[in-house]
Amino acid sequence: MKVLVALKRVADPDNANKVRISPSGDAIDTTGLEWKTNPFDEYALEAALRLTENGKAPKKREGEVVVVTLGPKECDTLLRSALATGADRAIRIECTDAELDGRLVALALKAIVDAEKPDLILLGKQAVDGDSNQVGQRLAELLDYPMATFAATIKEEDGALLVGREVDGGLLTLRVKLPAVVTVDLRIVSPSSVYSKLTQAEPGFKHGDGVRFAPLPAIMAAKKKPLDVKPLGDLVGGAKLATQYVKFERPPQRAGGAKVKDVAELVEKLANVSKVI
Amino acid sequence: MSDALVIAELSEDGKLKKSTLSAITFAQRALPALGGSFSILVLGASPAAAASELTGYGAAKVLTCADPAFAQYTAEQFTATVAAVGKGFGLIVATATSFGKDLLPRVAARLDAAYAGDCAGVQAEGGKLVYKRPMFAGNAYGYCTLGTPIQVATARQSELDAAAPSGGSSPIESVAKVAPAAAAARVEFVSLEAVKSARPELGEARVIVSGGRALKDKFMEVLEPLADALGAALGASRAAVDAGYAPGDFQVGQTGKIVAPQLYVAIGISGAIQHIAGMKGSKVIVAINKDPEAPIFQLADYGLVADLFTAVPALLTELKKRA
Repeated sequence: MKVLVALKRVADPDNANKVRISPSGDAIDTTGLEWKTNPFDEYALEAALRLTENGKAPKKREGEVVVVTLGPKECDTLLRSALATGADRAIRIECTDAELDGRLVALALKAIVDAEKPDLILLGKQAVDGDSNQVGQRLAELLDYPMATFAATIKEEDGALLVGREVDGGLLTLRVKLPAVVTVDLRIVSPSSVYSKLTQAEPGFKHGDGVRFAPLPAIMAAKKKPLDVKPLGDLVGGAKLATQYVKFERPPQRAGGAKVKDVAELVEKLANVSKVI
Repeated sequence: MSDALVIAELSEDGKLKKSTLSAITFAQRALPALGGSFSILVLGASPAAAASELTGYGAAKVLTCADPAFAQYTAEQFTATVAAVGKGFGLIVATATSFGKDLLPRVAARLDAAYAGDCAGVQAEGGKLVYKRPMFAGNAYGYCTLGTPIQVATARQSELDAAAPSGGSSPIESVAKVAPAAAAARVEFVSLEAVKSARPELGEARVIVSGGRALKDKFMEVLEPLADALGAALGASRAAVDAGYAPGDFQVGQTGKIVAPQLYVAIGISGAIQHIAGMKGSKVIVAINKDPEAPIFQLADYGLVADLFTAVPALLTELKKRA
């Protein structure tokens, strides 16, 4: 199977409360925050690797994983780290973050899919900076491919995937024929959440918990793996940026921090001061 | 001048989901910039009952499209019809449930429209719609405009009050199903393991009792009696869900459910940024945690530093005394 994984760099999500807003209110300032791969995209990469290796020890790669990102030259770091964890090739679409919105990202990725013809496109369900949650769905429509968003489990069948999706009411299972677009949720990196036909063939096979880390020799070897750069303009035709952020502001802060000494005081406050019980 | 189209969401058994009413509120707030009216589109196997329920909200029209192919939602089946009807509107909006977030970006792509997801609000400025979006795990609001002739948005349920019936009776009009694109034949609904619960849904609950990893395998045993006593929905932190102590659809947080109940009781939850993003809009927050340094306490209106395994039963006893 050939899998294309889209990655986005985001400001360190574990320090998202440290993002600042410029004094004029027209920009987000993430100075001082480390760039990280969007966690959901890391999960997508992990799922792609799980789908393209067998369940033997040591594991052997069977298939191809191509990673793609959009951004300036510094994003090569993120691609190299994906190559070190096991991806085979990388593509960077040259642009600045300010040139992009979900619509243009999907258009650019469609051009990459047209050229690469993967069996499966895996993405994180959303990027944790913009929290927009649209690129996978848009890409599926542009390609006229079936999609499964918010995937918690993936099981490979002949020419299709059985995908368990976490929806509001429970776990919904879809069967999508390949080629398809799948966006992944948190639970996709649990030990028994992704099974390729090869790993299904190994009784009792389980993956490690969470995403894998690259061993040092792989980090060195990744420097030699192919990384192509393509200009954004070549991929999106004449399409122009349509989403304009005009202003940012900080949400009102809560005035919390009060303590109660015991449950009796807690219940008394809830009943008589806040009047919520 | 243009109009807004609200996409209604039906439950598995074809009933109108209350979440739809938040999208109606959003459309109503967008009208000053659009200058027109709003209509509602209901797709389903037999949407008549839901459609007639929707006639009392001041819509210009309630449009229905009945087809057996709509009995079970897939984005691939719905997109062509929603886009074909939506083409006549300036704004297409649904509530940002797992249905709205799945369908609307796909519809937007079909119409080459820009999309503003999970909006906390919308306002008219200089004749344009300005969408208010929580970003960076709720640590910033971004205000954006969309530059395409048709605009598509989803509305965050916890930020937009359910529309109240305004009387009147909108005319119901049926529209033809549009044949879906090829992708529809390549996706198949297999099953839905629905969580059956007598408790209120997280998105609509007045009170939520939410637990963290500290509960271990006593999650249900400890929290259910408290939830029952408070008439509360049950929620969980990501850590509790990942550890298998609570099901996935309990998860409250940036990437789980975003909630804003009257009372949120966080038990054994430390308060990671991602969790706080999902509940900080709650009116009153209670935190019970034995670690006095847990970040959740900075947010809580009432913090109780205590071992949850003794504090929760004691709280239950205290509540029963008052009942």
